[in-house]
Amino acid sequence: MSLLLTVDDLHVRFATRSGTIEAVRGVSFALGRERLGIVGESGSGKSQTGRAIMGLTDPRAEVTAKRLEFDGIDLLAAPPRLRRDLRGTRIAMILQDPKYSLDPVMTIGRQIVETLRAHEDIARAEARERALDMLAAVQIREPKRVFELYPHEVSGGMGQRAMIAMMLVAGPELLIADEPTSALDVTVQLDVLRILDRLVSERGMGLIFISHDLRLISSFCDRVVVMYAGKVVEELPAAELSRARHPYTQGLLDCMPRIGADRHPLPVLNRRPEWAA
Amino acid sequence: MTTALAVRDLEVVFDGFRALKGVSFDVRQGQSFGLVGESGSGKSTILRAIAGLAPVHSGSIAVDGKALGAGRDKAFYRAVQMVFQDPYGSLHPRQTVDRLLLEPLAIHGIGDSEPRIVRALDEVGLGSGFRFRYPHQLSGGQRQRVAIARALILEPSMLLLDEPTSALDASVQAEVLNLLEQVRRDRHLTFLMVSHDLAVITHMCGDLMVMQDGEEVERLTAADLAASKVAADYTRNLLRASVGFSRSLP
Repeated sequence: MSLLLTVDDLHVRFATRSGTIEAVRGVSFALGRERLGIVGESGSGKSQTGRAIMGLTDPRAEVTAKRLEFDGIDLLAAPPRLRRDLRGTRIAMILQDPKYSLDPVMTIGRQIVETLRAHEDIARAEARERALDMLAAVQIREPKRVFELYPHEVSGGMGQRAMIAMMLVAGPELLIADEPTSALDVTVQLDVLRILDRLVSERGMGLIFISHDLRLISSFCDRVVVMYAGKVVEELPAAELSRARHPYTQGLLDCMPRIGADRHPLPVLNRRPEWAA
Repeated sequence: MTTALAVRDLEVVFDGFRALKGVSFDVRQGQSFGLVGESGSGKSTILRAIAGLAPVHSGSIAVDGKALGAGRDKAFYRAVQMVFQDPYGSLHPRQTVDRLLLEPLAIHGIGDSEPRIVRALDEVGLGSGFRFRYPHQLSGGQRQRVAIARALILEPSMLLLDEPTSALDASVQAEVLNLLEQVRRDRHLTFLMVSHDLAVITHMCGDLMVMQDGEEVERLTAADLAASKVAADYTRNLLRASVGFSRSLP
């Protein structure tokens, strides 16, 4: 399997008034054309890992790594111009809530066309055709109608499909999805995931799926990286999550209520200081 | 068994939009009743209508056999307390925990606030070290504990819980759910709990009602749900979705 992305010893540090906060502390993993899940609770550094790969870390923060390489390109040494060219064209990112990540004063169609024309030198009419095709590919039934709508005129699930369409229209090779379905209802969540799943496998993309939802990650991804306090505590095939070794992963799995299990009180996670060491 | 809450043909209309289209159910004293559904199903609107926060168009609500009118008296607000979903939005950002807990006592003219505040914090597992902190100095789970303490300090008989753990991490959710069960047992409280999460609802509530588009889809016990004894397709879909993603399904 050819490697698409190599992350070796990634650190993200923020200088604050009360000292340096290290949000990501030495994360390493490699990604081919597969679905990798990064799971962790709030503050575990999972989103900062995704942002560092995308090059969207706050400019005041310090990002270091032994290696951060995308398809042979050293991302940390790359000039801003090259990183900007990569973003959207070859590496794309889907964020959690379409309500905040779509431009509220631009129609959905115009946003997709804008994305496409920012990355490719094509005529307006052709861009429009491709945007409509893309809307159809994310299973929007009336692409022509939705093309003309503003983000507030569509539902959350529809908005997230439009977002996926916008991110995939330029044909990226690596997609980073940060909690792409957490703002959606469960049944809509599955529809959106199904669309994402199909597009990722059809186009042979690499996917990094970031989520706090262990159940969702384990059923969707091939491989799972579990993060705690800025570090990777465990990496394992998604199918073997139930045989997780690290007490944090086990505890996280165990503390979720399950339908049909009569467990009162629920087991709680006893955080050990050595996990964060 | 006495009925703590009786809701009959409840209809809530916002500007011509019928958010609730005639919903009826009873909750017995000491029972934990769950409302489950997706966004827009009207589940939170039921809680808000009971608390007097949503315009009741028709139908009736009775608490402990007493029908509620357009207004609510002080006794009602003492007996029925609500815990909201977002602990970041439901606590006053410029008030300390002490001030937040004092307010309901002052409103209801209850004395000996000092020991009550200490006891309330103790009961939710926070200890008095948290008493003079501001909400921004607390984690999400700690804030939700403060919100629960604020509800309990008036010694209510019923709690309205609107997605009390959905903004929390899984490990913190387990702690807060355990706390809620503990106080329900200790104080013989009646719970009316809203959630979109079937696993959470079946864990907390013996009986539940599934809702969609402002209407009841079906009513069942947690045991029925666990055994997949489900009548409506909608509930079956929810049940399937709660397991996770599956590539084999259409």
